[in-house]
Amino acid sequence: MKYVDEYRDRTLATRLAERITHTVHRPWTIMEVCGGQTHAIVRFGLDALLPTSLTVVHGPGCPVCVTPVGLIDQALQLASLPHVIFCSFGDMLRVPGSRGDLFGVKAAGGDVRIVYSPLDAMTLARANPAREVVCFAVGFETTAPAWAMAVIQAKESGLTNFSLLVAHVLVPPAMEAILSSPQNRVQGFLAAGHVCTVVGYEDYEALAARYRVPIVVAGFEPLDILEGIGLLVTQLEEGRAEVENQYVRSVRREGNRQARAVVEEVFEPAPRTWRGIGEIARSGLQLRPAYAAYDAAVRFREALSQAGSVGVEDPDCRSGLVLQGLIKPPDCPAFATRCTPEQPLGAPMVSSEGACAAYYRYRSHVKRET
Amino acid sequence: MTENKSYEPACPLPASGKQTVQLAHGGGGRLMQELIRDVFLRAFDNPMLAHLHDGATFPNEKGTLAFTTDSYVVHPLFFPGGDIGSLAVHGTVNDLAMCGAKPLCLSAGFILEEGLNLETLRRVVESMAKAAQAAGVPIVTGDTKVVDRGKGDGIFVNTAGVGLVPAGVRVLPELVRPGDAILLSGDLGCHGIAVLSVREGVAFTGNVESDSAPLHQVVGELVDSGIEIHCLRDLTRGGLASALNEIAVAAKVGMVSDEAVIPVLETVRGACELMGLDPLYVANEGRFVAMVPESDVESALTIMRRHSVAHQAVRIGRVTAENPPLVALQTLLGTHRILDLLSGEQLPRIC
Repeated sequence: MKYVDEYRDRTLATRLAERITHTVHRPWTIMEVCGGQTHAIVRFGLDALLPTSLTVVHGPGCPVCVTPVGLIDQALQLASLPHVIFCSFGDMLRVPGSRGDLFGVKAAGGDVRIVYSPLDAMTLARANPAREVVCFAVGFETTAPAWAMAVIQAKESGLTNFSLLVAHVLVPPAMEAILSSPQNRVQGFLAAGHVCTVVGYEDYEALAARYRVPIVVAGFEPLDILEGIGLLVTQLEEGRAEVENQYVRSVRREGNRQARAVVEEVFEPAPRTWRGIGEIARSGLQLRPAYAAYDAAVRFREALSQAGSVGVEDPDCRSGLVLQGLIKPPDCPAFATRCTPEQPLGAPMVSSEGACAAYYRYRSHVKRET
Repeated sequence: MTENKSYEPACPLPASGKQTVQLAHGGGGRLMQELIRDVFLRAFDNPMLAHLHDGATFPNEKGTLAFTTDSYVVHPLFFPGGDIGSLAVHGTVNDLAMCGAKPLCLSAGFILEEGLNLETLRRVVESMAKAAQAAGVPIVTGDTKVVDRGKGDGIFVNTAGVGLVPAGVRVLPELVRPGDAILLSGDLGCHGIAVLSVREGVAFTGNVESDSAPLHQVVGELVDSGIEIHCLRDLTRGGLASALNEIAVAAKVGMVSDEAVIPVLETVRGACELMGLDPLYVANEGRFVAMVPESDVESALTIMRRHSVAHQAVRIGRVTAENPPLVALQTLLGTHRILDLLSGEQLPRIC
């Protein structure tokens, strides 16, 4: 398959891994911030190709995983309303809130639909004028432009039964939260290529300079990741802390100006709570007042006030440490024992981009009883 | 930004078990296995059912009979390369074939929703008749019920089938043993992607068509050739990965497959990449795996490749004594990973 197979070439991968092994002379810990990269690393076994002195930890790069329980409870509450069609990307349906998940609401009679794009949700809204279509707008900078565009189109076309429960989060503030933590052990970052395709990497330059940490923007295919890691360890070994772009076929320094403008028009930064990490200032997006009519949090204020999020925490779940790269999933005592995809303690075990799910799916023979 | 807070675990309690039937219970993954084990097997327990094979085989004075049933709830009713009618025939014929049986006859049960267009029903039934005739397996009995509008999805079809297993032939997952080769009859994922493309309105270049097809002729020739077939399994819901897992559990063996030799159409791969799906878990309706001893690999492949439904047949791996019942995949890069059962169906990802 063109543009995919070229980046999964076994010979080139081996060569890149060997080069990394020759480059590394000291132990380093690096983090990939994107769940897609996490899954590629585990799925293709890339870490098995790397030298043992290089530790790759997985960051808070799964938007499903970092969505806090309270927001999921709000989604469950809205999806249960009889006049609501609740739209979500597939990933979110298995993620547990305080009292179950969206699949459970669907089985109990809630009208929950999987959509593939905001346009699908708008089509549903047009086809069901007597009902309210509420969309769970989850994601990083990658999906925000499409939701923003949908809101603009809804306004222009006078669509009045369409709204978003916004759960968007932004990557650079999360990276800064990790770097500023006293427990931090991350010495270099692989930044998510898709995110930078939209927003560029200007923000990362300030971060790299302030914390003296190299950052390499990398793609999602095995060769992208190996090449990105190679650039990163070269910087570490040479004592440099710059932003480099491995993903040149997609990313420009300034990103996609049009997409950024659309997001800027519709959303504004807001404080956001991250599951397992806590509140990070300006790390989320919310609809600007001009678009409040499309904000489900405003539109369904009364119903949401009855959501009654209990946010019961399980002391066995270590996903907060996993999301900060402080431990790997198998280090969690509940991994593959109390916590499985069927009975998850936390979202990283059920999200298709979650680190715990990746290890359970591809590596769990280490601990799982068979 | 605010000062980073010290770590406080912030995970909810688990979803409180699954007290209702959910879509994932039909996905061919771990939840479906649990449902079968905890509800059906517990109630219906008997030695023939305990094999958990595609059909049951039981001896009578004239030989061994095979018996199977399956229900079809596909939406939409018509999709590229097939429809619910032909699927219902192929699916049951194939379940019999996977027991090493020659299908003799089928039954057809219809649950129709009030308000269904009769023309739609005619199209489905004619398609069934055509598929049954082409397979040479008559539909000899049936039943029809109508449910209130809103209580069905147009048409649900159930087909049951009876077949005859030739004397001396035993095809069972438990017979698989270390050293066996794993043969795959063709490329993966066409059926699942074809249905997805029309159900979700996602158009993929290349117009992927379902692989729905009857497999009893190729299997019949394999059986008649005297090849020592240990197990056959068609790759329906849950795809190749789920089938291999089920067999590995039944036979208490490990397996290793080579990703590089598993055929997947370019368009299917593209669609899967786009949706975040793994073709190894996507449903097929005309593909199967065969476990045979090393000595029979070449003969089996030669026979399979003579049939249009299996002309791409290829050896994809081997059965091992290591780490039972884990199924490992050698990735394109030469590393290894587990090919596990999914919890339910694959879900398209966010980004």
